[in-house]
Amino acid sequence: MVASEFGDPPILLDILKEPVLAVQEFFLLMGRAFRNFVRSPHYPDDIALQMDTIGVGSLQIIAITGFFSGAVMALQMYHALAIYGQVSKTGTLVSLTLVRELGPVLTALMVAGRNASGIASELGSMKVTEQIDAMRALGTDPVQKLVTPRLIATAFMLPLLVIIADFVGMFGGWVISHFVLTLPSKQYWSTVWRALDWSDVTQGLVKPLVFAVVISLIGCFYGLRTTGGTQGVGRATTQAVVMATVLVFILDLLITKIFVGQASS
Amino acid sequence: MAPDSRASILRFENVNVSFEGVDVLQDLTFEAVEGESRVILGAAGSGKTVLLKTALGLVRPDSGKVLVFGRDITSLREQQLFEIRSKIGMLFQESALFDSLTIEENVAYPLLNQKCIHCPKEQVHPRVVEALDFVELGGTLEKFPSELSGGMRRRAAIARAVVTVPPLVLYDSPTAGLDPITAHTIIALLIKERDISHTTTLLVTQRYQDGNLIANFRYNSNRGGLEPAGNGAGPGARTIFMVLREGRLVFEGDQDQLEASTDSYITKFVKQRV
Repeated sequence: MVASEFGDPPILLDILKEPVLAVQEFFLLMGRAFRNFVRSPHYPDDIALQMDTIGVGSLQIIAITGFFSGAVMALQMYHALAIYGQVSKTGTLVSLTLVRELGPVLTALMVAGRNASGIASELGSMKVTEQIDAMRALGTDPVQKLVTPRLIATAFMLPLLVIIADFVGMFGGWVISHFVLTLPSKQYWSTVWRALDWSDVTQGLVKPLVFAVVISLIGCFYGLRTTGGTQGVGRATTQAVVMATVLVFILDLLITKIFVGQASS
Repeated sequence: MAPDSRASILRFENVNVSFEGVDVLQDLTFEAVEGESRVILGAAGSGKTVLLKTALGLVRPDSGKVLVFGRDITSLREQQLFEIRSKIGMLFQESALFDSLTIEENVAYPLLNQKCIHCPKEQVHPRVVEALDFVELGGTLEKFPSELSGGMRRRAAIARAVVTVPPLVLYDSPTAGLDPITAHTIIALLIKERDISHTTTLLVTQRYQDGNLIANFRYNSNRGGLEPAGNGAGPGARTIFMVLREGRLVFEGDQDQLEASTDSYITKFVKQRV
């Protein structure tokens, strides 16, 4: 309407309508998923199953990612610090980058690739084969049965996975520091430990919590709005991974800004 | 026709449904009374499935009223709809069995999850076995849906739809994609369910033969098979045919009226009585 009054075709409004509606539907889904925390029935078996799939199932890939990111950080930082004669601070930088950034972000990206896609394809397949409708017809709220357990499981497991990734990364950094760069082990571990304060740990745990909410809900959101048969399932899966990945980066910047702003004020 | 004194089970009043600007159901009005069978014919995309989903409250109409057991469901919230849905059995087009659950778990699902079905835990297994025996699938309890043939999956889905003994059962294209013999078996099961449990039945189909069987045969529990029933399928039961075209109800009446129709769209679905 507004566009028409100014002589512009209303096409712009039509283009904007769909993404705005999608955002609204996403937040409605989020609201319903959170509301189910306090509404029975609860599905502890489904939560446990999802924790196993998302948490235990991702352990291997998280450990590998964590190890190599810690190792490569040690290598990179050593050479950067060597310019200033500060190679003894290698552990400090490995620790800070892992706990603040690489641990949460890389773990979230791995889980997004592995689980947002898995959730979207599973729920998408259920949607196109009318299993979601059948669930509603048989007295179950699909959000309560499918979305909330995945949200709880991801929100519980992702911070744990990040902690594991951080420690494995520090170990990877030590392997490089000790065997390749021949830095003293004691010096490495003491700088790793002393580098961290509580705000780093808080930041390192708040991030995966927020990422977990986004990854699980994006997977569920795209899965539940799948249309168009098997092709639609493929499309929903791709969209879920892309959107979850992009949102992880955007939210990472926002959370970092909040924590950095607090630290400097 | 004299007004029917039997209770209204399902009533559509000027129901309109549209998806993304496309009208799927237009000004649809009909009433199904207790014990009645309704056969809904129509081409693909004529709104048959949407009609059933609207009756279940899975699809909300843009306007009009849907009264199920005398209660308007259009303004109810999802949680409130569960009570109504517990009295309706639904067979979905592609069976819609949960593929991560066994057949036993699938059939037990409504008994365990419908809040209004207060089934004691120790009675769940016997009722599941009974429902699966009813559809002659007693030996498939531990199997997963993917291990069954298309016809068996359809029968398992019928067992899931009727395990709670609902007074209204909706069947969405139960014979689609099945060979004629299996299709006949499925319709025989529908008739058996209708005549044993005295359910009100809505059958969506593209096959006139299905409607013909529903209208003219009844289940003989002594003999354990179907027998011709004359017009109306037996005492207290009658079969009404409805034809949908692009979301509009273009015909409503009994089989004789349907076969007498000269409308080219309607005659497409009608073959001579067997």
